[in-house]
Amino acid sequence: MIRIAANPALDTVIKLVAVSCAMFAFVFVVMVPLYDVLCDALGINGKTSGEAYSAVPAVVDESRTITVQFITNNAADMPWEFAPSVTALKVHPGAATDTVFFAENVTNHAMVAQAIPSVSPSRAAEYFLKTECFCFNQQPLDAKTSAEMPLQFIVDQELPEDIKTITLSYTIFDVTERAGEALASR
Amino acid sequence: MGDHSHGPAKGLSRWLFTTNHKDIGTMYLWFSFAMFILGGAFAMIIRAELFQPGMQLVEPGFFNQMTTLHGLVMVFGAIMPSFVGLANWMIPMMIGAPDMALPRMNNWSFWILPPGFLMLASTLFMEGGAPAFGWTFYAPLSTTYAAPSVTFFIFAIHALGISSIMGSINIIATVMNMRAPGMTYMKMPLFVWTWLITAFLLVAVMPVLAGAVTMMLMDIHFGTSFFSAAGGGDPVLFQHIFWFFGHPEVYIIILPAFGVVSQIIPAFSRKPLFGYASMVYATAAIAFLSFIVWAHHMYTVGMPVAGELFFMYATMLIAVPTGVKVFNWVTTMWQGALSFETPMLFSIGFLVLFTIGGFTGLMLSIAPADFQYHDTYFVVAHFHYVMVAGAVFSMTAAVYYWLPKWTGKMYNESMGKIHFWISFVGFNIAFFPQHFVGLAGMPRRIPDYALQFADFNMMSSIGAFIYGASQILFLYNVVATIVGGKTVSDEKVWDGAEGLEWTVATPAPYHTFEVPPKIDPAHAHS
Repeated sequence: MIRIAANPALDTVIKLVAVSCAMFAFVFVVMVPLYDVLCDALGINGKTSGEAYSAVPAVVDESRTITVQFITNNAADMPWEFAPSVTALKVHPGAATDTVFFAENVTNHAMVAQAIPSVSPSRAAEYFLKTECFCFNQQPLDAKTSAEMPLQFIVDQELPEDIKTITLSYTIFDVTERAGEALASR
Repeated sequence: MGDHSHGPAKGLSRWLFTTNHKDIGTMYLWFSFAMFILGGAFAMIIRAELFQPGMQLVEPGFFNQMTTLHGLVMVFGAIMPSFVGLANWMIPMMIGAPDMALPRMNNWSFWILPPGFLMLASTLFMEGGAPAFGWTFYAPLSTTYAAPSVTFFIFAIHALGISSIMGSINIIATVMNMRAPGMTYMKMPLFVWTWLITAFLLVAVMPVLAGAVTMMLMDIHFGTSFFSAAGGGDPVLFQHIFWFFGHPEVYIIILPAFGVVSQIIPAFSRKPLFGYASMVYATAAIAFLSFIVWAHHMYTVGMPVAGELFFMYATMLIAVPTGVKVFNWVTTMWQGALSFETPMLFSIGFLVLFTIGGFTGLMLSIAPADFQYHDTYFVVAHFHYVMVAGAVFSMTAAVYYWLPKWTGKMYNESMGKIHFWISFVGFNIAFFPQHFVGLAGMPRRIPDYALQFADFNMMSSIGAFIYGASQILFLYNVVATIVGGKTVSDEKVWDGAEGLEWTVATPAPYHTFEVPPKIDPAHAHS
């Protein structure tokens, strides 16, 4: 019987190749989902919840007044007009507040937009609860039309005492090309 | 088996098809030197533009391409391959092995590199220019806003990543399986130890880099949104993935350098290395810590305070094992019979300047202070103290130290010393003032600057030109040695040198240790 002398290092090599393949997979199947889970769970990086908050009857804390500021940005190459109706509101924690944002498609063709919210300071993100938000869905607009986009939110009573001002920033992106695809709404 | 008795093949095919660890090591070393000159040329363009305030020589877009390519070429083309070349040459000779464990793969891992870098360099001539997003290629600069040549950049990173992974697998397989009988782990020279640990780091993190560029590729061409907020992704995710690779990467660069000076300082102190075991454990500790400190590069992205504190304390902790190493090198020299040949000069230069770089690193690790230092020239000064005065000085020391063993010729000692002093002075003139302009607020990667930074920038440029010019002297000295250096035939070229590589003939024969050497069990590590 002929025995082929195996390289004594073969075993080591197979293990190391397996490790490098595993590390490549690790980036996709662990790091990316873990990052999203951590950001959502801890409310870090200014990420607010992507789902509507079902309001529980809450006591309005009238002893505190929080200033909520609204900022809008356009992503690069996004030509829409996009602005809040008011730039700042004074609210009491626990009180549901309504406001609207305006968007106008100034181009000559129908487009679909997606607004992405971000809260600053990022510590406030988990206490900023949106019961209704245009950012949960994509916003289609025909050429030269405009829309009022509603937002209803509650600032949680548990908001840390030292936070007096919360800034909510929306960036609007052109997602016309992707509009056909199912997207996780944020 | 008669195959093994004859010498190298003749002509070009020797280099194309070689499986000999010494040939492959030589090719790696020459290739990395060529890349060092190329990356250096890019640096000269940067410093020439910054010689005076205002826009003088190049367009801002081209300036950005220069900073990007300078970083990429120096990290992936010059420093990493030079230490792989050194590992190829020295590890088999240091552990008494006849060759690397996987000689054919060794050939392949070298020959992937030149096409990879050709692809990267070719982007300079493409429409839209070369990558201009910095060597850290943060998304969305490298995805949404990148020139079309970014795709070539991505495949170049893939190529050199595969090369590094194969090279590291080879090194681990060699060290774990091919040591001469009696060469236990705790008898291995420290250079072998540091490379073994480096190779494990490479196997763990190069695939992460490959993953990051693959995600970029998919975002750019296949409509995914890993790093695009519009589709539910996040650009900050890119930074986490990049630095999860990037921080171990800086130890990948510096650990072999630690190994080199741990060989050279004892040789010219004529004393065994102080604290051998603690050196091994310190190396392993640094390697472990490198995985849990990555976010100290991103203090300003808006992390929670708990995160800032964790990464701050973990980073500061690295100073402990690094301090152990510096202490051990100094203690090795303490009361030694010191002599100051060129390799020793570069090693001491390494020790002094790397320690300065380490201290500025400690300053940068302090999260609240980093908000001021972030993305300023202070950071540039810091990492050039550890990358150039750390890795490149130690590599230069290694070339002078082992060149007589490789070639059988002695280099010109006076010219070597002149090279050291010009390098040392030039380097410090170039990079020390950058601490000051950085603290005063000069941002990095910008082709113009405010007038108050003019004097320090002019100094910095002059120093950079001096340092750059001294490398021509280095090249001349090495070539002159190979062509017409004074012949040396002593097996032990340096009287204080220890280790198996000094027991073989000088110049080192094409094949060494075909019969494993006898290791004296009483003899401690070398």
